[in-house]
Amino acid sequence: MTVSEILDPLATAESWKEAGRDVAIATVIDTWGSAPRPAGSHLVIDGEGNFEGSVSGGCVEGAVITEALDVISTGTPKMLEFGVADETAWRVGLSCGGKIRVYVERLG
Amino acid sequence: MQFEALRKLNAARRARQAAISVTDISDGKVQVILEGEDVSGPLGEEVAKAFRSGKAGTVDVEGRSLFLNVHLPPPRIVVIGAVHISQALARLAPVAGYDLTIIDPRTAFATEERFEGVELIAEWPEDVLKDRPLDAYTALAALTHDPKIDDFPLSEALRAGCFYVGALGSRKTHAKRVERLKEMGRTDNEIGRIAAPIGLDIGAASPAEIALATLAQIVQAFRRRELVAAE
Repeated sequence: MTVSEILDPLATAESWKEAGRDVAIATVIDTWGSAPRPAGSHLVIDGEGNFEGSVSGGCVEGAVITEALDVISTGTPKMLEFGVADETAWRVGLSCGGKIRVYVERLG
Repeated sequence: MQFEALRKLNAARRARQAAISVTDISDGKVQVILEGEDVSGPLGEEVAKAFRSGKAGTVDVEGRSLFLNVHLPPPRIVVIGAVHISQALARLAPVAGYDLTIIDPRTAFATEERFEGVELIAEWPEDVLKDRPLDAYTALAALTHDPKIDDFPLSEALRAGCFYVGALGSRKTHAKRVERLKEMGRTDNEIGRIAAPIGLDIGAASPAEIALATLAQIVQAFRRRELVAAE
């Protein structure tokens, strides 16, 4: 594996799944304002909370990983929204002032 | 996302083929469409538009909310010359997400020991590029400043529309190179695209610094290349 493959979340997702691990894929679907990662960016998570990639600059990854573990166990996709307007902004939010929508699905 | 869909998508990405994954937000089903595949109806129009713009986004097609993620081939760098600068560039490029290949027919330079873990081809560019043509998602950096080795791939890179074409050498060396490329049939417009002297002007002095300046210039060229604006 080259360095660029190691940093490629979708390649990671494939090799994790092949190794028999449970995998969820989180994808930035929409962005408003100054969002840190563009639509199409991925974060992949395994059943133990290991992850590769990013959907923000490290601001909301923790929350996405928690939701991803739930998606892995139920198999039902989730749509998450993060932004400064969020009531949890003081806890997990985007300090840059933008807003993003993240789709989390299980790799089946 | 079904595992089969991910495998098809990753296989296309590895083969440097443009692809779009279409996710139905309501049920999570994913369809992977390769560039050139026939897709009819309103979805076909949205897919064609996304391939042109290169931008991901959600669209409404016949009452369904779909997310189209565009996967264009990852940019790669072809380096002509297994020189000192190339050794540094080969280490920097993968960190920035660029695949890298080095071509140099001089076997004294192109050794496994100097380029451990790097794709290195010790053959003439004329022979290598026949099987592995350059494309619009490729950057070419000619670093030997030997016309016998650099000129052909430079000319090919301009012809193939590589998003970046750079050549090492002083302004004087480059002036002579311009004359030779004209004789090879390249137009003034094409030749004007060559970055020479190579690299962003950051006062780079050492081989590693020149490699960094070159990589930064490649990133600039890739991010500012002319994508067709979405209609």
